[in-house]
Order: sequence, then structure tokens, then C-alpha cells
Amino acid sequence: MILTATPAPVSHTALWMFLGFVFATLLITYFSARKSSGASAYFAAGRRITGWQNGLAVAGDYMSAASFLGITGMIAFNGYDGFMYSVGFLVAYLTVLFIVAEPLRNAGKYTMADLLAYRLSPRPVRAAASLSTLTVSLLYMIAQMVGAGTLVRQLLPGVTFEVAVVGVGILMVVYVVFGGMLATTWVQIVKAVLLMSGSIFLSILVLKRFDFDLGKFFSSLTTITSTGVDGGKVVRNFLTPGLLFKNPWDQLSLGMALIFGTAGLPHILIRFYTVPDARTARTSVVWAMVIIGFFYIMTTFFGFGAASILGPDYLKGHGGTNMAAPELARTLGGEVFFAFISAVAFATILAVVAGLTISASTSFAHDFFTNVIRHGKDHLPGEEVRVARVTAIVVGALAIGLAILIGPAVNVAFLVGLAFAVAASANLPVIVLSIFWKRFTTAGAVAGLLVGLLSSILLIAVGPDFMKDPLFPLKNPAIISIPMGFLGAIIGSLFARERTAEALYPELVVRANTGLGAERATEH
Amino acid sequence: MSSPDSDIQDLTPISASPTDVAPLGHPYPKPLHERTAAEEVGGMDWAAIEADPGFAALLRSKASFVVPATAFFMIYYFLLPIGVGWFPKLMETPVWGVLNVAYLFALSQFLMAWILAFLYIGVAAGWDRDAARLIAKFRTR
Repeated sequence: MILTATPAPVSHTALWMFLGFVFATLLITYFSARKSSGASAYFAAGRRITGWQNGLAVAGDYMSAASFLGITGMIAFNGYDGFMYSVGFLVAYLTVLFIVAEPLRNAGKYTMADLLAYRLSPRPVRAAASLSTLTVSLLYMIAQMVGAGTLVRQLLPGVTFEVAVVGVGILMVVYVVFGGMLATTWVQIVKAVLLMSGSIFLSILVLKRFDFDLGKFFSSLTTITSTGVDGGKVVRNFLTPGLLFKNPWDQLSLGMALIFGTAGLPHILIRFYTVPDARTARTSVVWAMVIIGFFYIMTTFFGFGAASILGPDYLKGHGGTNMAAPELARTLGGEVFFAFISAVAFATILAVVAGLTISASTSFAHDFFTNVIRHGKDHLPGEEVRVARVTAIVVGALAIGLAILIGPAVNVAFLVGLAFAVAASANLPVIVLSIFWKRFTTAGAVAGLLVGLLSSILLIAVGPDFMKDPLFPLKNPAIISIPMGFLGAIIGSLFARERTAEALYPELVVRANTGLGAERATEH
Repeated sequence: MSSPDSDIQDLTPISASPTDVAPLGHPYPKPLHERTAAEEVGGMDWAAIEADPGFAALLRSKASFVVPATAFFMIYYFLLPIGVGWFPKLMETPVWGVLNVAYLFALSQFLMAWILAFLYIGVAAGWDRDAARLIAKFRTR
């Protein structure tokens, strides 16, 4: 990292912690690179990750900077409504647990498309699934990179937006190209442990302020004073809903995007291929739910704590929404703790973008290159992994370029919403129908994926984030685009029957429900 | 695929072999752990397993948990945004000190998710045993 301005002593501590994390993760990458070769090792960490490890890694992949900094900020500024996000993020894992994780592990190899291609015609289905996977990963990645750029700039005065984006981009590509899934998994685990310890410590400091008296803590939230738009003082009860969201339909639509979208996020889905069997996939979801649940309950303490101890007006003058958690850490724990929480936020971003990069490159190499271009046969030794590595570099460069092009001024929060909406409307319907509906066909899968993808993008493009006078009133399109994805898939299937797909259905059902013939872990 | 040849030793290191993407590049059989799902149980009579009453019972047992549990958590979860959005007065009612219905209901969602998850783990262990019995039955035939 290049420091141009004269840095304050503060940023030195933060900088050393950043560098410590970077060094540790590069060490992980080095050892992973020495250990692993071969496609199953590169794409699925040899399927030897244990349940609790994968649980931590799923949590690490999922708890993005948007969760840690974004939700804390939203609660600090608007109270209860921000907490609604926390609830949706956890409950969404029940969809993953009950419906998706085990069949996916039992019937697939490296990607979500494996499950779809099982009984459908592989080339069109994989091409469409790869397109939606790349779209979701890239949207989410750009949002994280822009976030990383603005954040690092605030945490380390002197580092420019561009330098921060390029730095994060290069690191994520290095993890993925050299270390593959094994390195990515351990980066997630280290990050999850750091994030949890930082959050627990921050929560304890908040409670200490209130003499560990929960009654006192919650009472302080009923009278949060801030400056209103007209300049006068406003006193609000932060436990009251409705301070942020005014349109109930928006709330409902967002809830649907979270509940149905999580089970369609490609970087979460590929994590279930890293464990030895469906049973471990199941326990890893529950581990993840325990960790993620505790984390989101703690957002109560640091989000509401920031509102009560610092207040919205103070935060507005100190970096705005995204800086609520680091600023709270500075006030309660001093400069060193501020530096630690900043480094945790940085680690959070890095780990999430690395997970997204590997999901994008796996999907391109395995679905598009090997199975669409090469018809799934006749490839040279190691070609698939080589293609994945090149794709990771290309995807990284693309994400760096787009993030710099969009720049720090644009609010990119809608990109995360869009990623969830596409995952919910394109990916989830076809996953569910291919497991549960015998009559599902290739035409249905392609139609479902494309209708879900296009309708969510289109509805966002004509929504309030892009148009002054929006044609579509809601910020999140899920309430319309999810039914459209399902309808597309069902109508597409009803046009013509596909005998081969129906003939293979018993095999898929038996595999998905018994694990017979599922991909095994490599032996050591 | 080439036939097994006992003269050629598999020199592929056990944890590091690119053979699963390159079956044509190897003149010797794949090591066990590298076999793909299809090669593993090529001759399995899937339709027979599907027709087995034990398998039908397994599916029924799964459905009897998953369907009501999914319906329950979806309704329970969506009651929160619906309540907050359309019945704000009710949600603002204080229940316990300053804590109102909205906050306690949101907090109860965490508990609900954890309880369902742990119930699922318990029930699913039984399905694992049933599946193992089925696999054993058809493997020995």
C-alpha cells in the first residue's frame, strides 16, 4: 500500500494490523498451493473440509462488510428497521438447510449447474446457469470492491480509492489463483474467527458502558436525539419500526429476496462441495446458523450502542453510516481497538471477494468451458484448472476496472440487493424444480434462468434507484421477479415433454436422497 | 477407459492427481477416490431403488418434516415484515419494560431458526440410517 500524505500515528497501528492479516492469508495460500493439485483439490478443497470448518467458512463467505458495517450503520441511524435485515439474513439459512444443501452435495460435483445438468440437456442449461452465476458474482463483487475502496480510504488516510481497489483485487486473485478452494476456505475461517471475536469484544464494551444492565441499555434507546432535516432537534424511540422503511411492500419484497436468494447464491452453494458428504453439509449449515445468528444478535449491541453512546449526529460528522462500528470501537476501546476493528472490516471484504472470485471462475471453467465449449470430454490434463485460474485473473481485472469506473461517489447498496434478487429469481426456482418436479425440462430451466435474471435487472433499471419518476415503485424487485422466474420455468416445461429428463428422474431422486454414488473425498 | 493393467503402478500421488479431468491421459485405472459419481455405481438399478417401499417410506418421512417446517418458518418469518408494515400500532405495544412486540418478535425469529435447525439435525440422523440400510440392500444384490 502506498501512503502519500503524512499519516497520523493511528493509521500506523491499523496499517500494521492490515499487513498482519495479509501476511497470514498469503502464508495460508502458500501452504495450500503446495498441498493441492488436481481438479477436485482446486475446486472443492479435496472435499475434506469438516463440518465446523465449513460452517465457519460459510459464515465467513456470508457476513460481508455490508452486514458488519452497513447494518451497524443502519441501526445506528434508523434503529429497529436495520435490525430487520439481521433477522432475514439468518432465517434464510433454513431454506438452504431444508431444501438445497443435501441434494446439491449428493448429485453435483463443483457447481450449482451440475444438479440441473443431471437430467436435462447439459449445454444450454449450463450456459444459462453460468451466465446467472457470473452475473450474481460480479454484481456482488463490484459492490464489495467499491465498499472496500471507500472504507480503506477512511481507515488509512492517504491511501486513495483506486489504490485500495487495486490492492484488494490483486489479493483476491492471488488467493484464488494460487491457493484454490483450500486457501479460500481458510481465509474465510480466519476472517470469521476475527469478526466474531471483534464483535463479541465490542458488544461486551457496549454493555460495560451500561453496567451490564440490559434494562438500562434498552431504556437509553427510547430517547435518541438527532438533528432533523429542518435543523431542529428530533427525539426518536429507536425500538419503533418504520423510521427507515416507509413502504411496507418494499419490506416484504426485500424479505423475499433474502429468504429465497441466500439458497441461490453461488459462492454459498459451492461451499457444500468442500465437505465429504451430505451429512457434513447439513451439520455445516447448522454450525453456520449458530455463528451467523450470534453475530446478527450482536448487531443489536453495536448498532443500538452506537446510536445511544455516540448518536447519529456525532456519526454524521465522523464518516457516516459505514463508520459506525469502527467509531464506536474508537470511543470505547481506544486507538488500538479501532485499528483492530478496521482490520477486521478489511479482512471481511477480502474474504468475501475471494469467495466470489472462486465461484465465478469455477462456474466459467467447469460449466462453460469444459461442458459447453468442450462438450464435457476430450480435455487435456489439468486444463479445467488452468482455465479457472485464467478466469480468476480476468474476473479480478474486470471487477477492479468496473469498481474504479463506478467510483466511490455512487451508492452501490442496490447492487447487493440486485445480486440477492437475481439469485432468488433465477437460481432458486430452477434448483427447486429440478429436484422436486419430474416434468421439468431443459426449455423450462433455460426459460426460468433467463426470465428470472432479466426481470430482476429490468425492474431495478426502471425502479427508484435509477429513475426519478420510477415505472416500478419498489427498490427490490423480488416480489415480482421470483414468481416470474417460477412461471418462466413452469411454462417453459409445459410446452413440450422431455422423455430423457423424466427417465432420469428416479436416478436423481435416489441420489439426492440417499447419497448413493455421490462424489467422495480424496484420501490421504 | 483402458482396462486395468497390473504391470503399471499408479504413480499419481494420492492427494494430488489431475486424473478426474483427464481420463484419456492415463493408461491405468483411476484410483478409487478419483472416480466420478457415474463410474462409481454404473450398474445400479435406480428404478428398482425408487420403487422400493423402503425408499418411498424415506421420502414420505422427509416430506412429513420438511413440508410443515418450511411452511411454518415462512409464515413465521413473513409475519414480521407484514406486521411491521401494516400493523405498526400493534407492533409498537410495549410488552416487557421498554421492549415492544416488534423487537421481541424479531428476536424470537433467531430462536425459531435455531430450534428448527436442531430439530432437523435430530430427525435427519434417522434418514441417514434408513438411506444406509437401502444402499446396503441394493449393493449386495
